[in-house]
Amino acid sequence: MLHLALFLMFGAICIAGAINLLVQSHPINSALSLIAVMASLAVEYLLLGAEFVAAVQVIIYAGAIMVLFVFVIMLLNAGVEERTRGSRVAILFGIPGVLVGSVLIAWLLLRHSGTTAVGIGALPGSPQTIGWLLFHDFLLPFEVTSVLVLIAIMGAVVLASRPESIEERRQG
Amino acid sequence: MVPLPYYLVLSGMLFACGVVGFLIKRNIITIFMSIELMLNGVNLSFVAFAAQWHALSGQVFVFFVMVVAAAEAAVGLAIIIAVYRTRETLNVDQVNLLKL
Repeated sequence: MLHLALFLMFGAICIAGAINLLVQSHPINSALSLIAVMASLAVEYLLLGAEFVAAVQVIIYAGAIMVLFVFVIMLLNAGVEERTRGSRVAILFGIPGVLVGSVLIAWLLLRHSGTTAVGIGALPGSPQTIGWLLFHDFLLPFEVTSVLVLIAIMGAVVLASRPESIEERRQG
Repeated sequence: MVPLPYYLVLSGMLFACGVVGFLIKRNIITIFMSIELMLNGVNLSFVAFAAQWHALSGQVFVFFVMVVAAAEAAVGLAIIIAVYRTRETLNVDQVNLLKL
């Protein structure tokens, strides 16, 4: 019962934050509502018994990635975005289509709601077991992602540095 | 005790919000945040299925998704800075040419 109440509460915060992200016209407001979405998603992970994933969600997503976003928004001095009117065809067919599709998907999913649920702490989602899985069963994907991160760092440095400075470094 | 389909509906709604934001927003940074929202919705369904099937592989995959999201954020924001430096705008309607 408490689980369901917590799920509904933080799920509502999630959806409200996501809709607020769409409605706000200033990017910094969107970024702050995205942080709210991520923090309440961490609570949902806790309810699913994934403590380590919840902690990483707060540290990496709500911490590192969103700091990067807010930093870039402030660096570029992003202002209020200009609104454009949507096409009439999109409004005429898009909104009913979205409604029908979402109701259909929700009905299909909820029809099988007789499945059992797990409580908090039912899964051994401790950092120890996850680390063992990560460095034993998933060693090759782990190494590949480390290479990916290295390439991403180099790409970000090259892309964000001024073209003149690269030219100077090549000559000097 | 929360049944699995509730989590799937929530994750689908988050993903749908991300898709809508990707399509209707005009600011390139907000479009990027919508992509992060979609990745978060996918992560939630990964963790929900991991709990349902008592398989921790789902939680490990969440870490891979997070690593890819972090790399994507770093490269994408660098691209945004490069675009802003040449065009002086963040509006995607005005960034419609590959060449200046």
